[in-house]
Amino acid sequence: MNSLDAAFSALADPTRRAILARLALGETTVMELAEPFAMSQPAVSRHLKVLEEAGLIARRIEGTRRPCRLAPGALEEIDKWLAMLRRALEANYDRLDQLLAGMEPGKETDQK
Amino acid sequence: MTRLTLTTEGDTHVVVTRRFKASPEAVYRAHTDPALIQKWLLGPDGWTMPVCINEARPGGRIRYEWSDGKGNGFYLTGEYIALEPFSRIRHVERMHLPEPCPDNHVETRFEADGTGTLMTMRMTVPDRATREAMLATGMEHGMEASYARLDAMQG
Repeated sequence: MNSLDAAFSALADPTRRAILARLALGETTVMELAEPFAMSQPAVSRHLKVLEEAGLIARRIEGTRRPCRLAPGALEEIDKWLAMLRRALEANYDRLDQLLAGMEPGKETDQK
Repeated sequence: MTRLTLTTEGDTHVVVTRRFKASPEAVYRAHTDPALIQKWLLGPDGWTMPVCINEARPGGRIRYEWSDGKGNGFYLTGEYIALEPFSRIRHVERMHLPEPCPDNHVETRFEADGTGTLMTMRMTVPDRATREAMLATGMEHGMEASYARLDAMQG
């Protein structure tokens, strides 16, 4: 749950979603990421730190560069969670359908 | 069609609609009678609502506690503002995870729709950030966060 909280919180920011969209195209460096966003590299680095702590991206060390990429499976984890939430809501109303099918207007339901 | 719809309005509203094959009176009662609520407002399979307080009158308290039977749980508290049997309910609620989330003002309407009922639930939260957080983490609002994920994939 905690890692999902962090992931959702990280995704709530439009810049971070745009960064993820860029990373979906392939591994890239902080400098390359900063360019299209008209942001300073430190600002991009702060966003990357949030994404990394949320487990959404992975970074490796290559000389003085630290290229980043989407973490394998990170979004799939969120997908599974969202699908579960959607199913939970639908399950609620499906259960209510069943309940209503057994109810008659004006009567107590425990009488069926 | 009984399919669920979920849309946003402006910065602070979320609207859910669902059709039911029962009268507005029956659907209204299923939303206000604790014994009925405990039978359906449960979330994922395996969860139960061991505590259900629902005082369906203006100022009446609401408290729902959910448990997965394995030590995990969370709860919701709220108060009724106004009730018009069997067509309209206004209440305020907040989730506790366990930190309390911002208040969510909810208006639920039940309208006759052919032989069934069209339910429209309109939620209002204090600001856009709250709505995003609610949509991203709320039990009932997975869809919008799916769109956020789609944004991420499409840029």
